Amino acid sequence: MGFVDRSQENLLSKMATGNGHGENSPYFDGWKAYENDPFHASENPRGVIHMGLAENQLCFDLIQDWIKKNPKASICTPDGVDAFRDIAIFQDYHGLPEFRNAVAKFMAKVRGNRVRFDPDRIVMSGGATGAHETMAFCLANPGEAFLVPTPYYPGFDRDLRWRTGVQLLPVVCESSNNFKVTRKALEAAYERAQEANIRVKGLLITNPSNPLGTILDRETLRSIVSFINEKNIHLVCDEIYAATVFSEPGFVSISEIMEEEITCNRDLIHIVYSLSKDMGFPGFRVGIIYSYNDAVVNCSRKMSSFGLVSSQTQHLIASMLSDDEFVDRFIAESAKRLGIRHEVFTQGLDQVGIGYLKSNAGLFLWMDLHHLLKEKTFEAEMKLWRVIINEVKLNVSPGSSFHCSEPGWFRVCFANMDDSTMELALTRIITFARQSEELRIQRKRQCWASNRPRLSFSKRRMDDIMTTQSLLSPHSPIPQSPLVRART
Amino acid sequence: MELSKNPGQLLSSIATNERHGENSPYFDGWKAYEENPYHPIKKKNGVIQMGLAENQICFDLIEEWIKKNPKASICTAEGVDEFKNIAIFQDYHGLPEFRQALASFMGRVRGGRVKFDPDRIVMSGGATGANELIMFCLADPGDAFLVPSPYYPAFDRDMGWRTGVQILPVDCDSSNGFLITKAALEAAYEKAIEDNIKIKGLLLANPSNPLGTLLDRETLTSLVSFVNEKNIHLVCDEIYAATVFKSPSFISVSEIIEEMGSEICNRDLIHIVYSLSKDMGLPGFRVGIVYSYNDAVVSCGRKMSSFGLVSSQTQHLLASMLLDEEFVGNFLEESSRRLAKRHEMFIKGLEQAGITCLKSNAGLFVWMDLRLLLKEQTAEAEIVLWRVIINEVKLNVSPGSSFHCTEPGWFRVCFANMDDHTVEVALKRLHAFVRQEKAGGN
Repeated sequence: MGFVDRSQENLLSKMATGNGHGENSPYFDGWKAYENDPFHASENPRGVIHMGLAENQLCFDLIQDWIKKNPKASICTPDGVDAFRDIAIFQDYHGLPEFRNAVAKFMAKVRGNRVRFDPDRIVMSGGATGAHETMAFCLANPGEAFLVPTPYYPGFDRDLRWRTGVQLLPVVCESSNNFKVTRKALEAAYERAQEANIRVKGLLITNPSNPLGTILDRETLRSIVSFINEKNIHLVCDEIYAATVFSEPGFVSISEIMEEEITCNRDLIHIVYSLSKDMGFPGFRVGIIYSYNDAVVNCSRKMSSFGLVSSQTQHLIASMLSDDEFVDRFIAESAKRLGIRHEVFTQGLDQVGIGYLKSNAGLFLWMDLHHLLKEKTFEAEMKLWRVIINEVKLNVSPGSSFHCSEPGWFRVCFANMDDSTMELALTRIITFARQSEELRIQRKRQCWASNRPRLSFSKRRMDDIMTTQSLLSPHSPIPQSPLVRART
Repeated sequence: MELSKNPGQLLSSIATNERHGENSPYFDGWKAYEENPYHPIKKKNGVIQMGLAENQICFDLIEEWIKKNPKASICTAEGVDEFKNIAIFQDYHGLPEFRQALASFMGRVRGGRVKFDPDRIVMSGGATGANELIMFCLADPGDAFLVPSPYYPAFDRDMGWRTGVQILPVDCDSSNGFLITKAALEAAYEKAIEDNIKIKGLLLANPSNPLGTLLDRETLTSLVSFVNEKNIHLVCDEIYAATVFKSPSFISVSEIIEEMGSEICNRDLIHIVYSLSKDMGLPGFRVGIVYSYNDAVVSCGRKMSSFGLVSSQTQHLLASMLLDEEFVGNFLEESSRRLAKRHEMFIKGLEQAGITCLKSNAGLFVWMDLRLLLKEQTAEAEIVLWRVIINEVKLNVSPGSSFHCTEPGWFRVCFANMDDHTVEVALKRLHAFVRQEKAGGN
């Protein structure tokens, strides 16, 4: 509810009466549609399927299995209750040593043990949400800015800006080169800031990317490091999806770049992490700041008092992530299942010629529907989106909510549901795509029939080819077009 | 904008100022304790921690409940089927049962005299997060809140560090038992106007930390009238509500506004900060609550709660525990009884040593009067005495100056974070110290 009456405007802070929370964005209409009509396999099979939530629900069986076998990880089991008191009174903002050790070890394993993390640099926060806000508070003053490559996670607008007064300036990335973060784009963004007299304090990258699902290659990372050193600005790397990489090429973390032969002022480098995506525990609010800058570790640790991880949860996580055998198995299995899910989904989209950005990480796909837009505008994107929500009954996220510079892209999450729901979602997409295609063909035929009879023949041939292509797929259930039959 | 490699220059003003408050001498006592902590067997001459307002008196009751209620946990065999649903639950409204449980508990703590609406319960990262959150909602940078002194040292950080809000103390002293007077409030308010500072509200801690006293009905009513008159907010930190161990009983601001009615009191001005850290003794669980009578504040606060939600695992456990009416009733009664007993033992011991305290009936501490032991009635002399108490008497107590008390010689001494035996050791040490000081012709 965005309305605040006049009398409140004077009573409350500017922050409270403004829109900095970001929830008045149309992005949330999809959520509302879902909440009003949520899909349920048996009770509401025609409801809206939530594909706007980047959650990892694929490996809970492994976790539950571990929980059952490790009662001492809990302070509530008969085996573990003797630790209840000590844990319940533990509020030291350094966190339980075993928690920091376990998280440091986990972060290393996720990076194939190619780097080590120092437990004394692990700082807690209220989820990654809290981590990003804390970083902004530590690194920038109100009015100063962070550069962020587009498209980016919508929550950054709130996390980095709302209560801090820090600005976010886009580094525009384009589909023409697969949304790569180029030096040119970085320089252009920096220049624009200079011209507008805005002081840039840092660059925020998300690697693996949300919403793209791609990873930054070594060359790009090194170029980014060189850029920030040159400008003497911070680099905040959100590596929250690090363990969701499911196929080659392998993930390269900024921490690995730090270990290489590279000129870099380590005081500029910071990592934001969380267990919300890699482990699938968003409810547990385990946010982590890892900084190579001692003053930042120090300051953010003091700030962590505003959002410490519950000691009950620290205790559980410490136990779980210290179990090497479990962790190795979990990381491998999670990646495997994500890979399978991704493959099933992309194969489905291939059937109907829906394009998507080739990706190897994340819990989502960056789907290209620009051919379904009436015009290449964001209004058309919104129109299409409303159709997808209200008629196809899928809550996907429109590219504009990620500040994408090109209309027609949609982020579709696929790891927050079971196999059958995913199949259903895929069926709905395929059906919609085919209906749209048929509609488009019909319209074109009507148009040609009434306007350009001579040209219609060659265009019809084109249509036949296009239709035939999809028919050539061994998986296609569509009956053969009469035209094709007639020809053969 | 020089390209220096000095890390300090790369950071924000907030990161490099001192408003986190940790460079205060207050923390020296903690350091002394950490370097040499008391242990009944291994370190009999160690420093006893009496600077930590914790409630460790009723863990046996909680542990017993835990053992009998395995479904409250998502990690027991009985409860693990809920693991996934809880682990993925990140809705900033919080688990409905958690909000119900907190609302119900808050009502029980106030003797059932008021009811709390679960839909007004907003989570935060402990009371630390709650205090910061409410400031972000109510005040702009540079605005100020009046806070009666002596007050909890970390209010400076919680309310002002990242928010830019100022704290203006309303000084209270022993001449009237540290009562907050209308005159003192008006004077503070007037001064702020003269200094061109915009006052957005008044913050009260009731029961008081460090005093351990309650605001009576008359005072509370008068304070509610005051804020209505000035059209400023009233934030009541009621974090010690269930630590009231003898009469008079606790009167919450929630009761006062019921009595006054909405024609006299604009409810949009009234907000409560709460937590389970003191009443239940669970500071590690980070359960902070903002309860506002102002819908816009609830709405905004809830959005801000994303920065410090309570772990769903913990929400689930506490929902179960606090909805168990029999357990809650028994806990509140027993906790009160044990605190009363501990308090009684402590002040009697202090009396025997010739030390008096401010008369109190709540909190996990006493406000000890050592003015007679000061070489002079100055803040410096207080610090000198304090260092003696830490380094020679080996008790980490908290000097009044760290609570912004304007009258030197007062010390806050916590008594609920240790067992009976340790209390006795502490009392013996104090006794010996006072005797020594008196013998020294002080």
